[in-house]
Amino acid sequence: MSLLPFFQWCEASSVSRAISSSPWAFAVIESCHLLGLAAIGGSVLLVDLRMLGFGLRRQAIADVAREAHPWLVGSLLVMLATGIPLFLSEPIKCYYSTPFWTKMTCLLLAIVFTFTVRRKVTTADAMRMRPIWYKLVAVVSLALWFGVGASGRWIGFSG
Amino acid sequence: MSLLPFCEWLAGTRGSIALHESLYLYPLVESVHVLTLCLFIGMAVMLDLRLLGLALRRVPVSDVFGRLGPWMVAGFVVMILTGSLLFYAIPVRSYQNIFFRIKMIMLVLAGLNAWVFQMTVHRRLATWDLDATPPRAAKVAGALSLVLWALIIVSGRMIAYNWFDCDKQPQPWIVNRAAGCIVDAR
Repeated sequence: MSLLPFFQWCEASSVSRAISSSPWAFAVIESCHLLGLAAIGGSVLLVDLRMLGFGLRRQAIADVAREAHPWLVGSLLVMLATGIPLFLSEPIKCYYSTPFWTKMTCLLLAIVFTFTVRRKVTTADAMRMRPIWYKLVAVVSLALWFGVGASGRWIGFSG
Repeated sequence: MSLLPFCEWLAGTRGSIALHESLYLYPLVESVHVLTLCLFIGMAVMLDLRLLGLALRRVPVSDVFGRLGPWMVAGFVVMILTGSLLFYAIPVRSYQNIFFRIKMIMLVLAGLNAWVFQMTVHRRLATWDLDATPPRAAKVAGALSLVLWALIIVSGRMIAYNWFDCDKQPQPWIVNRAAGCIVDAR
């Protein structure tokens, strides 16, 4: 089943038209998307660096993760709240864009990984966790989020 | 004194033209510039939130600065290097871009804010290092830093838009003045 009709329906929606016909809406929403990027970057890096043995090494991983969690969730919500209108401004372009699909795949994997495996490992009892697991989880998390960011930036260069 | 002749000379150099016309290098440099936001501003946000008493409240301020500071500085170095290359590729248009000018002014203000913080309340850090809620002066520095970096991100993104470019006339005189456009005075 093709998703094209859904993307076409998005393109025809009034929200889509409003954003794409406004000279500044896209710019403003994208700026907010970038502000969210800085915040989500900080909250992901804080914990992943810690798991790799850098950054706040004197604090327990569980403590750092607990501190970062609300900021991670908050900035992710900002990213989604701004990312969806950005998508809505040009759904058909996105449909034919390889970087867009790469980003969506990475994003889905990153979100699932962050709220299942990573969450479980970061909140677990450090005494019962082998250090290699922390490093592995951090590397996977960094790779997935880097994939989201890099392919996201590339949507703008293509097409 | 205008920097325009310098920018015009820079724009004529081989490296500038090569980078400007490159198919992949320019987007690559720009992508590195944007993604390093996560490292540089991401760490700066964490430091600022600690100064505001909104995050990492149980971690000593000196620990947050000592441990995250070097990562922030590393990010800053990458930002300056890639940012300079982006300017080098498009010197004249950047110089005469109102958002680029706003960004540069905000950068100076952010630097001043950090310097004032270092010279004043940071000197007394030993007295408030463990406080969950830092003193007012530290909070002000943290809040100013957050606002300035947010404005730098937004104005930086807006450089890409040509709404106020000098070749788009007529513009209100204030825009031409602020962007340094040279227009026929008729």
